[in-house]
Amino acid sequence: MQYRRPGLDRLSHALLALCCLLFLLPVWLAFTASTHTLGALYSQTASLWFGEAGWDNYRHLLSGSFGGLGTDVLTLLINSTIMALGIAIGKIAISVLAAYAIVFFRFPFRRLCFWLIFITLMLPVEVRILPTFEVVADLGLLDSYAGLILPLIASATATFLMRQFFLTVPPELVEAARIDGAGPWRFLRDILLPLSKTNLAALFVIMFLYGWNQYLWPLLITNDADYLTIVVSLKRLLTSTDGLVPWQNVTTTAVLAMLPPVAVILLMQRYFVKGLVDSEK
Amino acid sequence: MAPQLGIVLVFFFWPALQAIEQAFYVEDAFGLSREFAGLANFEAVLSDATYYQALGTTLVFSLAVALGAMSIALLLAVMADRVIRGARVYRTLLVWPYAVAPAVAGVLWLFLFDPTLGLISSLLGNVGIDWDHKLNGAQALALVIMASVWKQMSYNFVFFLAALQALPKSLLEAAAIDRAGPWRRFWTIIFPLLSPTSFFLLVMNSVYAFFETFGTIDTVTSGGPGGATTTLVYKVYQDGFVGQDMGSSAAQSVLLMALVGGLTWFQFRYVERKVQY
Repeated sequence: MQYRRPGLDRLSHALLALCCLLFLLPVWLAFTASTHTLGALYSQTASLWFGEAGWDNYRHLLSGSFGGLGTDVLTLLINSTIMALGIAIGKIAISVLAAYAIVFFRFPFRRLCFWLIFITLMLPVEVRILPTFEVVADLGLLDSYAGLILPLIASATATFLMRQFFLTVPPELVEAARIDGAGPWRFLRDILLPLSKTNLAALFVIMFLYGWNQYLWPLLITNDADYLTIVVSLKRLLTSTDGLVPWQNVTTTAVLAMLPPVAVILLMQRYFVKGLVDSEK
Repeated sequence: MAPQLGIVLVFFFWPALQAIEQAFYVEDAFGLSREFAGLANFEAVLSDATYYQALGTTLVFSLAVALGAMSIALLLAVMADRVIRGARVYRTLLVWPYAVAPAVAGVLWLFLFDPTLGLISSLLGNVGIDWDHKLNGAQALALVIMASVWKQMSYNFVFFLAALQALPKSLLEAAAIDRAGPWRRFWTIIFPLLSPTSFFLLVMNSVYAFFETFGTIDTVTSGGPGGATTTLVYKVYQDGFVGQDMGSSAAQSVLLMALVGGLTWFQFRYVERKVQY
């Protein structure tokens, strides 16, 4: 019996290609629908090819407020970017500091601190929405970027990933740095961070996607349209009118909401796969 | 260290303790006064038929999403592992749905199945199936499941492909020399060797189906029709923020925390002694 079978290989190729197309189908349809006018959309079932409206839907949505949303899509995109970047950078910063402290310093209650962070793995936002909402409201952070970002910033996974990496740093390196007169900050900045560049990039991709795709939390704490994120705005668009769903606006917004994270994942695929596989070990 | 601990204490433990405290109180309609109610909130939740309906929906939903997303991903990963040329290209072509937000995935599928202008709903209409997820609970659940599977598949695919490519090739070649065909090689060698990955993915998929699909459910069905797509997490949101029943919502939160705690504990017990062959 031969090990390789050309027939089976061809079948695999065919099935894989078919599945790739099937997975693309919903996005393709949304993309073509976003170039139709509302009238054209409702005069037929969804067409597989572009319509006559071209980029007009995009130009219209990006420039002016519309459909009961009270803001334009450009603002939504900026809000999403601020939130995603804030969460990604904030998470990485505090995780690096926490992991650095846990690995390289001896201080009282070290184990307790470790466990306190560890337990948060069990409490995703969705479980503690209501009480967290009240805490944030008490702190006066509703409708603000800080309110969007801060509650999501603590990350047990990122802390563990950094801890695992820091543990692999040989003690000789730490000693050599100390002999050369480098203080703790200097060691972190000039030695540890450059060493962990790929890990940081991988974490960044994962956390950026996490931040961009948040739904429940921004939905709860933003009433003011100026702080709405693009992912949350979709639901408002769907229900904004009593009659026909304005699908040309919805699909246009959906395409714009997908573009940045998909671009990040495709451009940084290597880091993404590494970050995903590492962070879940 | 300090910032991490500060955030953890303010946004995790304070709310968690508040939820536990609130679960034992009954508030009046305006939130002006409240009195200690003992376990009344829990009793109310646990004797509520809709809670069990939500529990059942959650189980069906999680199981369907986990099995659907994992079996498709495994099939595709095995095939992508087979073909020597192009495995990376296929990975690129299959990995991107992971970047799509659950809420956006919901919108895309909602458009495909829109009763008036959706492509698939009109195709289904041609073969005699009336599609209206706004009225038909089973169809609504199926739609949410499909959107969730679509998004989650790529995550599983990345893990299965990584695990497959790490398998010892000598073992498979030996089996081929011993005249084991591809089918047999898969079931007797590859599948058992993948079991740690599969188990891990099963846990991760359940967690995903539990929590992250909130966005999908909210955009596609808002928990309806008639609560057919209301999962436990969606019910916490609905009772607390829409229905303003804080005590009940808090009690549900506490029950959920216990459930997730149990799941996590189970996962870590498993990690302690991995399934090995």
